[in-house]
Amino acid sequence: MQSLSNRAKKLEKKPMNFSERMYLPAIFQGLSITMRHFFKKKATIKYPEETRPMSAVWRGLHVLKRDEKGRERCTACGLCAVACPAEAITMVAGERKRGEEHLYREEKYAVSYEINMLRCIFCGLCEEACPKAAIFLQNDKVAPARYERDEFIYGKDRLVEPMPIQNQ
Amino acid sequence: MTGNIFYFLAFLTLFAAIGVVASKNPVYSVLFMILTFFALTGQYILLNAQFVAAVNFIVYMGAIMVLFLFVIMFLNMREDTEQHKPLMSKIAAAISGGILLVIMVAALKDVDAGGYNAENFNSQIGLVEHLGQVLFRDYLLPFELASVLFLAAMAGAVMLGKREPGEQNRF
Amino acid sequence: MESTEFLVRSAVILAVFGITLLIATYSTYAERKIAAFIQDRVGPNRAGPMGLLQPLADAVKLFFKEEFVPANANKFLFIAGPSLAMLTACMASAVIPFGNTILIDGQYINVQAIEVNIGILYIFGVVALGVYGIMIGGWASNNKFSLLGAIRAASQNISYELAMGMSIIALLLVSSSLSLRVIAQQQGETLFGISGMNWNIFYQPLGFLIFIICAFAETNRVPFDLPECETELIGGYHTEYSSMGMGLYLFAEYVNIFVASAVMATLYFGGYNFPFMYDLGLPHNLVTLIGTGVLFIKILMFIFFFMWVRWTLPRFRYDQLMNLGWKVLIPLSIANVIITAAVILISEQGLPW
Repeated sequence: MQSLSNRAKKLEKKPMNFSERMYLPAIFQGLSITMRHFFKKKATIKYPEETRPMSAVWRGLHVLKRDEKGRERCTACGLCAVACPAEAITMVAGERKRGEEHLYREEKYAVSYEINMLRCIFCGLCEEACPKAAIFLQNDKVAPARYERDEFIYGKDRLVEPMPIQNQ
Repeated sequence: MTGNIFYFLAFLTLFAAIGVVASKNPVYSVLFMILTFFALTGQYILLNAQFVAAVNFIVYMGAIMVLFLFVIMFLNMREDTEQHKPLMSKIAAAISGGILLVIMVAALKDVDAGGYNAENFNSQIGLVEHLGQVLFRDYLLPFELASVLFLAAMAGAVMLGKREPGEQNRF
Repeated sequence: MESTEFLVRSAVILAVFGITLLIATYSTYAERKIAAFIQDRVGPNRAGPMGLLQPLADAVKLFFKEEFVPANANKFLFIAGPSLAMLTACMASAVIPFGNTILIDGQYINVQAIEVNIGILYIFGVVALGVYGIMIGGWASNNKFSLLGAIRAASQNISYELAMGMSIIALLLVSSSLSLRVIAQQQGETLFGISGMNWNIFYQPLGFLIFIICAFAETNRVPFDLPECETELIGGYHTEYSSMGMGLYLFAEYVNIFVASAVMATLYFGGYNFPFMYDLGLPHNLVTLIGTGVLFIKILMFIFFFMWVRWTLPRFRYDQLMNLGWKVLIPLSIANVIITAAVILISEQGLPW
């Protein structure tokens, strides 16, 4: 059969010649290869002591940012949830009450905001969709391993950036 | 000291030999037989026949008994699957075994065990050098004939094991 | 006089036994480290500095695991199997000369546990016995895979013992002695004008090649580890073993490697002899001490070679194994014996015409 790509290599099964039948040259070739690897630099990163260097644009665990006065930026518009290809984000919107101006920047805010880290693919589309620059993917944190599935659903308690100390 | 070791080894030999005959599981029989050979090797060492001891150790314990064990493990015999033997064959076996015993006793009754002379007895007689001298100088022809016999047996085994053309693979 | 000899003797015996076990223990660590290095990894490095306490951690782990005996297994033989494997493995190092003689109070004492004039046959016999441990354990497990592993071990050991014996016979023609100590001493003679260089490898290179291949097969190491071939037989003869039964089997394998390395170093690579050993003008005891150190370096290099090969070569197929043993190695070793005998005869008596 004619091969379509013309890249197929025709293999002939030739009887082995004497040195091939002795196997010893091939064995010594293999031994020299493994010996070279023996002295090569090891690829292992000894994890708790060393960590892998991360890229500046690396996408890790999400954070919900606050503005310069410590108010939550998120206005629960839902654009991130719409943009999310894995449908990992859900939220419930609520109206800001009087006296809560120091907590939320806009009149509408997210009462609950949940990201399922088992669904999330860390693509960063939520970050791009956000009109208020509220959600970001940090480049120095990962979602750690846990025992229960529920623990992977991150609510506002674990997503919102902690309050800056001087504003408290 | 040596006498005590001899009695211990003799006891071990007889115990293991009885075990070979008496045990119902054939694998136990083979293991007892290995123990018998082990004790016999000890006897050879007591006789200062080191080469015979080593050969007994390597050839009988190390090779032939391994093959015995090999075959019996493959057969995978069980006490419950073994069919009951008819009474006639039991009687026949007892009679033939008894006759063999009678013949052995009759043959060995008058044998002179051949004492040794303590003055000119050479204690080094069983060592490798002497054995080699005797085998390759005084008994060269029988020794070589024995090797021809082995060669013939080997060729026969190869012929038996060879697959006939058209014979199916049995496994 | 008697008591010093007795003390030195018993010290040597204890040291030989202890060193055998110590080297076997650290072989497990070395195996993992070498495997890791060859695969560009780091290997065990958590227990102690550089992971040096890893063998202890492994031993503790194995001791605390459950000793499981399968329901229909033959309990006595199931336990006897690994014990026998360990016993036979430890027996072999008794006759290996680990050094020349020590001079104490004008008396020469061998650095060797026991000196017998059939030492090489003793080692051969004990190694031949080693297969019983595997066979009994494999059969007593009452498991098809264990049985197949045991049977493979038996047939493989018997097949390669023949070629091994033949290569030893060629060596014996050269050395004309069965005693390992005499063979080692002969290699301390002068060759090429260098004392302590009369190594048998220069006389028997083919014999050494056959011997080392057979040594791999006898110790059930890759590429001849078909008895425990996990792709075909799960775990082979130690499928059903757990805890220290398993540990004894693994340990016996490393002791066997140590013994095989020591035998190869003694028979072919000069034993405790090292180049220029008598030209330096050192005192006798110091030469013996250096010689023992050199022998252990040789042994460790062979152990390294065993592991290096393990992490390089794939496993043989069973028919390839049998073909190599019966159709290649045995004819080669017989040819080696005949050529050696002919050369010795001609060099002693001249050409027959």
